[in-house]
Amino acid sequence: MRWLSDQVVSQLQAGVQLPDLVGTRYRIIRFLARGGMGAVWLAEDITLGRKVALKVLEFDMSSGELAARLEREAMVLAHLEHPGIVPVHDAGTLSDGKAFYCMKYVEGQTLDQHLPATLPERLRLLQRIAEPLAFAHSRGIVHRDLKPGNIMVGEFGEVLIMDWGLARVTNGSFPTTSTTVSSIAQNRIAPAEFPHAGKLPRTSHGRVLGTPGYMSPEQARGDADLIDERADVFALGAILRFMLAGSPPQEAAGQSVNPRPLHAICEKAMAASPSDRYLSVQELSADIGRYLQGGPVNAYREGIVERTSRLYARHRTAVVLVMAYLVMRVLFILFSRR
Amino acid sequence: MMNKVLLGVILGAILGIFDGLTAWFTPEVRTQLMGIVIGSTFKGIIAGILIGVFARKVRSLPLGILFGLSVGLLLAFAIAQMQHGHYFAIMLPGGMVGLIVGYATQKYGAPMRDATQLS
Repeated sequence: MRWLSDQVVSQLQAGVQLPDLVGTRYRIIRFLARGGMGAVWLAEDITLGRKVALKVLEFDMSSGELAARLEREAMVLAHLEHPGIVPVHDAGTLSDGKAFYCMKYVEGQTLDQHLPATLPERLRLLQRIAEPLAFAHSRGIVHRDLKPGNIMVGEFGEVLIMDWGLARVTNGSFPTTSTTVSSIAQNRIAPAEFPHAGKLPRTSHGRVLGTPGYMSPEQARGDADLIDERADVFALGAILRFMLAGSPPQEAAGQSVNPRPLHAICEKAMAASPSDRYLSVQELSADIGRYLQGGPVNAYREGIVERTSRLYARHRTAVVLVMAYLVMRVLFILFSRR
Repeated sequence: MMNKVLLGVILGAILGIFDGLTAWFTPEVRTQLMGIVIGSTFKGIIAGILIGVFARKVRSLPLGILFGLSVGLLLAFAIAQMQHGHYFAIMLPGGMVGLIVGYATQKYGAPMRDATQLS
């Protein structure tokens, strides 16, 4: 008896779950990935002749909360227009009843697949991750599932934050679940396109959503009321730790990462209490920037020796020139006395 | 952040004063110390202005260092001419002062604000 290879099994499985795109402007090219809510397919937008990514719910999940969550994810993305956030082109329900949305197809690798080689490159990448995140926070949206697997790094170094399925709205400026349908109408999207939107409850107290290692303690406890942008600060700190250690936070837990100022930044960002963390991702990013420029970081109190060696490293050439001048002057004095 | 011309002037003046004060270690010119310090400071200020203005116009570390060195040497040469000698003892420190100011004004100090920043 011959066994089927994993690849064949995967293709057969994908074939069975192939979304029905009859009556749409899309044509499936190939399967891309499977997430918590559904599958992502590479498709062609026949009208515009371009590649797009289609996120479609699995066949047995197309109703209720998951469908509502997918629809809300599409709405969240539609409200977050930023170069670092993958744009949504279209959303709705397929003829087979599966909820879907269509987004830009991003060619590249996720952060866990490809880490930049040098420390400064990694830190600058982290700063670029913080930008769209800060934008989302300014719109009252917390990602809640930030991790290397959800960060796409394009072939030209562009950074896109993916998978906003667990995003939480922290202020009233964005349509929440109770007002979803009316908000959809206001945004000129036919409510019929989102039949499940009204079914999505706010993340209830006691429910745990997120990824271990990147999830803040309040999120892990299910304290939904305590979750704000500092939950993403925690996740960004965990990503920094991942970038420094090269291994996931669960494996790197307890390890001291070097250099010390960066270790201190991780510690501050990942503090157990939200009040001990950076207030925003911009603050975290600014501290990284200070480190990159050879300045003192807020999270770390350096000693006199460390301060001196940092200043020397920052102004090495100037110090050497002045020292050379002084040595020359001393030599002149010594020779003139002979 | 201090602008490049001001940085050049301050650095040139400090190094000029220091340069002049080292004359105290030469007993035969100690009586003329005040004049030497004033002259040396003035030379440092002139060098600082020229090098600072250059740094505002040209953003290049090698060119800045080269220009600083040239200005320092040129001014020191003029002083040595007036002194009728001591070329090495005057031009070497003068060149180094110019080099340091040239480096510092390229590396530090605020660049000239452009139109977009002014609007």
